[in-house]
Amino acid sequence: MRKTLTALALALAAATPAMAELVVPNLSYRTGPYAPGGIPYADGFNDYFTLLNERDGGIGGEKVATPECETAYNTEKGVECYEATKGSGALVYNPLSTGITYQLIPKVSADKIPLYTPGYGRTSAANGKVFEWVFNYPANYWDGASVAIKYLLDQNGGDLSGKKIALVYHNSAYGKEPIRTLTELSKKHGYTLVEIPVDHPGQEQKSQWLQIRRDKPDYVLMWGWGVMNAVAIQEAANIKYPMENFIGIWWSGSENDVLPAGDGANGYKSLAMHGTGMDYPVYADLKQYVYDTGKASGAGDQVGSVLYSRGMYAALVISEAIRKAQELAGASGINAAQLRDGFEALEITEERMAELGLPNFGQPFKASCEDHGGPGAALIQQWDATAKKWSLITGFIAPDDEVLVPLVMEDSAAFAAENSIAERCN
Amino acid sequence: MPDQLLYAMEAGLNGLMAGVMYSLVALGFVLIFKASGIFNYAQGVLALFAALTLVGFQEGQLPFAHLINTVFGTDLHHFGWRLPAIVAIALAAGVMVLLAIVIERYVLKHLVNQPPIILFMATIGMAYFLEGLGDIMWGADIKTLDVGLPQGINETVESVTGSLLGYGFFIDNLDIVASVVAALLVLTLTLFSQYSKQGRALRAVADDHQAALSVGISLRFIWVLVWSIAGFVALVAGIMWGSKSGVQFSLSLIALKALPVLMLGGFTSIPGAIVGGLIIGMGEKLFEFTVSSSWFGDIFGFTLGATENWFAYVLALLFLVFRPQGLFGERIIERV
Repeated sequence: MRKTLTALALALAAATPAMAELVVPNLSYRTGPYAPGGIPYADGFNDYFTLLNERDGGIGGEKVATPECETAYNTEKGVECYEATKGSGALVYNPLSTGITYQLIPKVSADKIPLYTPGYGRTSAANGKVFEWVFNYPANYWDGASVAIKYLLDQNGGDLSGKKIALVYHNSAYGKEPIRTLTELSKKHGYTLVEIPVDHPGQEQKSQWLQIRRDKPDYVLMWGWGVMNAVAIQEAANIKYPMENFIGIWWSGSENDVLPAGDGANGYKSLAMHGTGMDYPVYADLKQYVYDTGKASGAGDQVGSVLYSRGMYAALVISEAIRKAQELAGASGINAAQLRDGFEALEITEERMAELGLPNFGQPFKASCEDHGGPGAALIQQWDATAKKWSLITGFIAPDDEVLVPLVMEDSAAFAAENSIAERCN
Repeated sequence: MPDQLLYAMEAGLNGLMAGVMYSLVALGFVLIFKASGIFNYAQGVLALFAALTLVGFQEGQLPFAHLINTVFGTDLHHFGWRLPAIVAIALAAGVMVLLAIVIERYVLKHLVNQPPIILFMATIGMAYFLEGLGDIMWGADIKTLDVGLPQGINETVESVTGSLLGYGFFIDNLDIVASVVAALLVLTLTLFSQYSKQGRALRAVADDHQAALSVGISLRFIWVLVWSIAGFVALVAGIMWGSKSGVQFSLSLIALKALPVLMLGGFTSIPGAIVGGLIIGMGEKLFEFTVSSSWFGDIFGFTLGATENWFAYVLALLFLVFRPQGLFGERIIERV
């Protein structure tokens, strides 16, 4: 009897597929007011890892699991998701929420798990001397603000003095992020900054746009998310604000934001930290190994959209960091601390992006102990309402590090002092 | 006329228009509260569900497509036709009636004569259920709603005020349409409630379930009727708000704008919902205009922004303290 049971146990063990050893939880939001943004991002994120599993057998021979946990873009739920999944061998978190990021920074630092927040989260986490476990390359909010101003400088022959720039922002930690940078830049370039907050969720913005109609700012910048973006673009069209002078951050530049306004959104611009659309070789592999085999995440209807591309890009960077960590550790099975080393030693060149099937998609960058933020360059894209398509109208524009670096240092030093963190990398 | 006064007039007018949009949501609450004493937490979700269903019908979207495709391995999304707006609205209204029947049959029927808090809790459950059902049926992606309503600045108002006052006012065409629709709705509902047999039966049920039953009023029919009407009002609110911002899940949060309106106007008065909406709308816009103005900054050394929600709820709080029944609500004295 014992022999039979042993044989049965061995047979079962042999028949059971190898458990995934690389766990990358996907703290997503597919429900609630912010779902239209959360769904494509989560789908792109999952599909890229599915591609690696199906085509390459995972990373370094280890399959990647992306267990999803629904946060509904709610900070408390996000923290619950973190607590619920961190014991599963989680290697890295990417919660797609600045609010959740702020809550997780002390937790990941204590639990020693990397937190990857591309284009969102706490900007000064770019300083690796203070934020050992947080990475936000290739660009952050302050980079975005600076790139927008540099673009406007370029449009105005290098002179913004006397111009009035309004910032329409989500009245939250996220929306307030660029204010400091834009204020500092206004001192340097002589423009007047008008701050116009919009309360969550941003369904009603009549007061804000009447103010813009009265004040007639030369340019409007927007830090919005969710329905706030669509309503702002509709209201701008309603008051006949010139769309070419209206620029959103990359979180205000998806198809969801412009489609509801129809033709009124034509000419609206936004920043972008990567390319978009399906004109990249990686999509041939995705089609063969993921879409055509019925393994696509979600309904499979978000492929190629701006936020799908962003989720895919985040997955790509994480997978490259895992690869680097495996190389440094000399083993395919790695833990969260080893992945942190991989993030810190990561370099993604244009050649590597081309190898991965995404040539000219994102900017090359090289991280280091000090630099967790990357070069911070961004593109400008413009919406064509007839073709229902974004077109890139600039190449990558570098931010003004002369202004940004001291701000990052100041903010991270304050965080270090508050939390008694000793600087590293010395 | 000084510029600031003109700007304030423009802000006030737009506030009145915004107030009408809030009232459209508040009306649904009033109808159900008036007829059954239930504070319907699900009213915002009803508006979302109605708008999702309308767009789904209009675009020929296959309901439960994601579920069907996952279970059967198919790749179906659309029927391949697009319905005219009026047909889609009629079908969506039909679905809201069906929903009212289902709610009465499976939820309310079992809760007759229960304390109001039990009924309130049931509507919280319904809100979550309907939000999930809407997601599974139609998907959570943002949808464009186009039923032919005009949008954008009203050129006539702009040119008339421009020539009379030297400054052209901004009034959104959609807000004008919403005002006309709201006026018609209120008129119809008031006439129905005051003069029709069903309307009087409805008020009798609101006063006392058991007394109404004892005089032969069918409680089940009245509840189906009132939830159907509230569903239709939710559809109208969903169309107006959905045309403005696209149909997406934050549409259910418009209920938050209706709460202060109800506190002001009273939970049992249809005209109260309108007057409350107008006061909240105009008050919040004028307050925001004042505290965000440069002259306010010059005097006080700071300006404020995004005060609208804050203002609406503070005003509602004041009413709760000094006139808890609202402007038009019934003053209920319960003897113990």
